[in-house]
Amino acid sequence: MNNYTLNKTKVGDIVKIVQINSEPSIKRRFQDLGIIKNSKLECVLKSPFNDPSAYLIRGTVIALREDDSKNIIVEYCNE
Amino acid sequence: MNKEYEKVLALIGNPNVGKSTIFNALTGKHQHTGNWPGKTVSNTNGEFKFNDKEYLIYDLPGTYSLISHSDEEEVARDFICFEDKDLTIVVCDAVCLERNLNLVLQICEITNDVIVCVNLMDEAKKKKIKIDLDELSNILNVPVIGTSARSNIGLNKLLNKIQNSNNIKPINIKYNEKIETAINMICENIHFNSKLNNRFIAIKFLDNDELIVNKLIEYLGTNYSEELILSIKKAKDYLKNNNIIDLKDEITTSIINKAEEIANKVVFFEDKDYTKKDRKIDKLLTNKITGIPIMILSLMCIFYITITGANYPSEILYNLLFKLENILFNLFTYLNIPNIINEILIHGAFRITAFVVSVMLPPMAIFFPLFSLLEDSGVLPRIAFNLDKGFKKCAACGKQALTMCMSFGCNAVGITGSRIIDSKRERLIAILTNNFIPCNGRFPTIISIITMFFVGFSSSISNSIISTIILTIVILLGILMTFMCSKILSKTILKGIPSSFAMELPPYRKPQFFKVIFHSIKDKTIKVLCRALAVSFPAGIIIWIFSNINIDGISILSYCINFLNPFGKMIGLDGTILMAFILGFPANEIVIPIMIMGYLKTNIVSDFSNIYQLKEIFINNGWTIKTAICTIIFSLMHYPCSTTLLTIKKETNSIKWTILSFLLPTIIGIIICFLISNIFNLFI
Repeated sequence: MNNYTLNKTKVGDIVKIVQINSEPSIKRRFQDLGIIKNSKLECVLKSPFNDPSAYLIRGTVIALREDDSKNIIVEYCNE
Repeated sequence: MNKEYEKVLALIGNPNVGKSTIFNALTGKHQHTGNWPGKTVSNTNGEFKFNDKEYLIYDLPGTYSLISHSDEEEVARDFICFEDKDLTIVVCDAVCLERNLNLVLQICEITNDVIVCVNLMDEAKKKKIKIDLDELSNILNVPVIGTSARSNIGLNKLLNKIQNSNNIKPINIKYNEKIETAINMICENIHFNSKLNNRFIAIKFLDNDELIVNKLIEYLGTNYSEELILSIKKAKDYLKNNNIIDLKDEITTSIINKAEEIANKVVFFEDKDYTKKDRKIDKLLTNKITGIPIMILSLMCIFYITITGANYPSEILYNLLFKLENILFNLFTYLNIPNIINEILIHGAFRITAFVVSVMLPPMAIFFPLFSLLEDSGVLPRIAFNLDKGFKKCAACGKQALTMCMSFGCNAVGITGSRIIDSKRERLIAILTNNFIPCNGRFPTIISIITMFFVGFSSSISNSIISTIILTIVILLGILMTFMCSKILSKTILKGIPSSFAMELPPYRKPQFFKVIFHSIKDKTIKVLCRALAVSFPAGIIIWIFSNINIDGISILSYCINFLNPFGKMIGLDGTILMAFILGFPANEIVIPIMIMGYLKTNIVSDFSNIYQLKEIFINNGWTIKTAICTIIFSLMHYPCSTTLLTIKKETNSIKWTILSFLLPTIIGIIICFLISNIFNLFI
């Protein structure tokens, strides 16, 4: 198993969330958007300056800054 | 409130799912809509009639969840919990139903009277997403209606359901056994007479969220039975003993999982790659090489069309209105109206109003619709996405880019729009620096100076292109100033680290061309024009009186202008220009007309039968390239207009920040104009 954080994903990578280590208020904000443990997401875009990146999750595209995505531990999905 | 109305309704839903479109369609109002999350930032209500019965409907700000803590979400939650209403209509986006179901389930937990409206069915159909609405209704046990509000499809069905829905009993979400036991322990002892579900009250008591508990206590009254208080304590202990520490987390996770489970049963993707087209456009718009240039080019494109398109109508309007001036003047003389009134009305009020209409109206009438099209398509959030890194470096929020975009139309709108920024510190930065983006009232000032001093009036293609390039440079300068000031603010009085940033990039939607153009002209252009006229008419009268009442043989206007002149000259302007900016405080549209009036009244030049002679008036009054540049800069960087300042006062609720937002751009503008002026004096 290849454990890494969300900010390291490349465009096209599909990953599953293993753990979210953000502080509670940010974690709550993620939950609102459906970003929780075991959610699957795909990295779909990098902005021109590489940060933020956008992820496809539950049918919507959400942009996250590296400062936030580095706290999300994910594992690679072979699908 | 219920006495007059058959039913009181609340519209709620995720941001950008078309609540405002439904609201507008039902009430016939024209609340601004656009394709980005957070357009509706305050509660609006409206009335409508259906089958001879009156209904009252509230449009709540978009919210992803009712559990979270942003101000907007609290407003929405409190409304759902405590306001008196008969039905809550949850609007969902058919394209991403799953995430929307999250909110649906949260609301079903609070109250019984829920109708689900799955909007944007047409967009889903285009993307080959099929939704089994009957099955959804079965599972949720609430009425479900599919709509495409933009094309008025399904609204009648929705209205019928609104009329006929009674005694709805939505599903309960089952949490894990331990939580259920705890909830039941409390529920047994809840005997309040309220529209809130007992389960919801129980969960909130279990959860240690003081804010909502206090509000609940206030709402329910304080008659608690001993049993209830005891049972809450027992239930809390029970959870603790069973290792459930973060109840909120457990609950949200269960709801999200339930939403996923439901979505899997009712949503069918016939085309797995339904987002492919959007991703292709995204790749182009956010590409490393093409992203930023495309943004600037499209900005230039809009400017170019505005400048070229406005030239000709401006000229026609100008000539027409000044012919009318003569006719009116002669008519009034013929009617034996006293000369002084005739002078005040025609050479004062009418003339300045005519200037405003001919110089300001055409660019506005072109710019607003073009920008509305861009808004509707969903491009603006991509701009925020591209620029976010820059804002992060300034410890600000990428959504500030959205508020800046809104400011191209009107700074006051940009200020109100700053509510989409969650962090209070970052919101203040956005508000304080907002004025560096010139609004539609200032565009014509800048454009006409560019036309007069850098390009010339002939409307050849190359001239328009040069105008466009210069205007774009001016705008980019404004954007640069925004970044610099944001950075300075976040290093000084608004110290802090950038907060988290999660922004949705909505799917692209094809703008409804004619509808958008029609509404932007009808609602925005006319509105702004009326405001400008309402200001320019009295301003014209004041100017005329000022310039015709003499003290010791010198008019009051000349006194003021002479008084301001030394300072004006110091920063590359003159007394008349400063006077124009001061009198233009209520609306920047009248700055150039006031300048012209000022020059005309203090000089002999009085023949300006065509627009080309405007430049002569300026040159005869000592304008050079330096004056032109400094005036453009000062127009870009000075105090916000009165409307904007009032909005800032309202939004920040603080005199201090309002004064600072007045001083910051003004001082910077004065310094930069002073520098430019002195550099010019040194070298030229």
